[in-house]
Amino acid sequence: MKDAFGTPQTLLVLGGTSEIGLATARRLVARRTRTVWLAGRPSPALDSAADGLRELGADVRTVPFDALDPSGHEEVLGKVFAEGDIDMVLLAFGVLGDQAHDEARPLAAVRVAQTNYTGAVSSGLICAGALQAQGHGSLVVLSSVAGERARRANFIYGSSKAGLDTFAQGLGDALHGTGVHVMVVRPGFVRSKMTAGLVEAPLATTPDQVAQAIEKGLRRRSETVWVPGVLRVVMSALRHVPRPLFRRLPV
Amino acid sequence: MSAECAPVAPAEHTAPPPPATRSDPDEDLPVPVTGWGRTAPSVALLVRPRTHEEAVAAVHRCGSRGTIARGLGRAYGDAAQNAGGAVLDMTGLDRVRTIDAEGGVVVCDAGVSLHRLMEVLLPLGWFVPVTPGTRYVTVGGAIGADIHGKNHHVSGSFSRHVLSLELLTADGEVRTVVPGTELFDATAGGMGLTGVVLSATIRLHPVETSLMSVDTERATDLDDLMSRLTAAQDRRRYSVAWIDLLARGAATGRAVLTRGEHAPLDALPVRARRRPLDFRPRQLFSPPGFVPEGLLGRASVSLFNEVWYRRAPRARRGQLQSIPAFFHPLDGVPHWNRVYGRSGFVQYQFVVGHGQEEALREVVRRVSRQRCPSFLAVLKRFGEGDPGWLSFPMPGWTLALDVPAGLPGLGTFLDGLDQVVADAGGRVYLAKDSRLRPELLTVMYPGLDRFRALRARLDPRGVFVSDLSRRLSL
Repeated sequence: MKDAFGTPQTLLVLGGTSEIGLATARRLVARRTRTVWLAGRPSPALDSAADGLRELGADVRTVPFDALDPSGHEEVLGKVFAEGDIDMVLLAFGVLGDQAHDEARPLAAVRVAQTNYTGAVSSGLICAGALQAQGHGSLVVLSSVAGERARRANFIYGSSKAGLDTFAQGLGDALHGTGVHVMVVRPGFVRSKMTAGLVEAPLATTPDQVAQAIEKGLRRRSETVWVPGVLRVVMSALRHVPRPLFRRLPV
Repeated sequence: MSAECAPVAPAEHTAPPPPATRSDPDEDLPVPVTGWGRTAPSVALLVRPRTHEEAVAAVHRCGSRGTIARGLGRAYGDAAQNAGGAVLDMTGLDRVRTIDAEGGVVVCDAGVSLHRLMEVLLPLGWFVPVTPGTRYVTVGGAIGADIHGKNHHVSGSFSRHVLSLELLTADGEVRTVVPGTELFDATAGGMGLTGVVLSATIRLHPVETSLMSVDTERATDLDDLMSRLTAAQDRRRYSVAWIDLLARGAATGRAVLTRGEHAPLDALPVRARRRPLDFRPRQLFSPPGFVPEGLLGRASVSLFNEVWYRRAPRARRGQLQSIPAFFHPLDGVPHWNRVYGRSGFVQYQFVVGHGQEEALREVVRRVSRQRCPSFLAVLKRFGEGDPGWLSFPMPGWTLALDVPAGLPGLGTFLDGLDQVVADAGGRVYLAKDSRLRPELLTVMYPGLDRFRALRARLDPRGVFVSDLSRRLSL
């Protein structure tokens, strides 16, 4: 069960090698979280992520999960929920893709869309149903500011996150009053291995700061969290910039 | 048993309704439920039995996620929540069955509130044996949490005055449980996890009037307060201290000490003697449904505390106060728990034994240093411990404080206090808890193993389960 501050005792991370996911798990394990499920493609990285959390004292289990295989989601996630209540699901998987490369190879672009959006729709709905049956829990969805307004530089990734964001908002409304809390997290540019080698955008943040914002959002039962918080204001201004002007902005 | 048995018809509560309500009484709907602190909501099917038979049927019917009894929802944490399962709203079982007006014994259903009991009993010259800081708790809840009051040093906890109770257990049987048995000691303070209390027989306290004769004095710091509480312990039936936890430096732990007795008839002014047993509580406004976060910040609470301290007389004796004014000042403001805003609040109450005063000082110092905006902090000296396995009281000092749940870093801070309390052999109160680290529970409650063993025997399928029992593996 969650405590008065929304800190979960059991956590399921979809995308078990995600840096933001692991930073969040570490933070929560330091508080109340005792059981962590890491769902991801079996790999040495997943195992070492599990070991890292075990060292902090958590009971960690890994489960094979592939965002690109929605037909298998029901079975995999069903098994996790059958083992006991999950207080929080962190939907953390996602790929950035390579915009220039993907524009030339539509199938690669489709993969980005399928991972970030289709995979999230299927696993998100399954988790939402399971959380609803247990009458409590949080579903935390990692979206991105990139989904807020299309940018020339990353619109394939951005459009997939826009879809995910809209999906999660709607899901949150659908689950309102069922005891399940859906929280959409929109980080700006996060310094991580996913963005390694890219030119840093203004207001860049780190996985730890995102984790901190998630913990705070859980405490306040927020529905939308921007990281850093000032992005809420920045993006609501950018949203209204006319397109001819927006195209010329160096963002 | 009784010389004069008067069946009393159920009456509508003038109490504020429990936070969880629904529009259609014939249909059990999933509704979000929280405790009085309004943290960690979860959804459960709310079932409202009107008779003992309906309660038995509801327990039979409950699904794999079990059920838990709920009274007026005054437990601060998640004790009367059951995510995904059923919650039995016991306020429908509201009959006062018999009153022995000679011997001072009442038999009533578990859903009867202490408020209702006072309305019925005071005109007959009887008072409930123990009352907490609110009248709006049910008899069932009072037994489940084994509540205590300002008279703990004289009277002990509520269940000490329970002569017998009817308990609906997991097998669907209704058992009569009397003090001195294992099942009674597990049920008193057992947070509803041994079964559903359906009715109880309670011994009452005789009073001549419905007024209190109250002595008030100020204590300049914590040590002054403790010595005053110790010295005057036995003189008065009721004693408690409001403590200013925001005061710093030399004033750390300054307090207003109040002690009282039920006023005898000859203490009343002549006019009041005509109707000495009047009981007419008044209610003020209720805060709106939405209150902005952070209304109770450090500035506003320290201003309140300053005024509250200065307002109190340095020393005054024999002031007459009404029962609501002395025992239940907050009941005058229905839904006062809303003032903390959306994030709700956390109550932290612990007890440490005599000889562990240093732990109490340490906690007060830390709270004062942390600048926790707490305006309902109360210190009390407990008497002998109570027989319930999970009963909270033990001889020593108990401090209760409230903090807005949205305060940054509060979780870690309270974990630190838990450690101080556990190291001193103390414990925190389960009826107020919403955040304890589960590992500390066995340290704090030595009776826990027996309790778990009895539950495993009595309720092997885990019919009775709450968010509290899930969170702490009770």
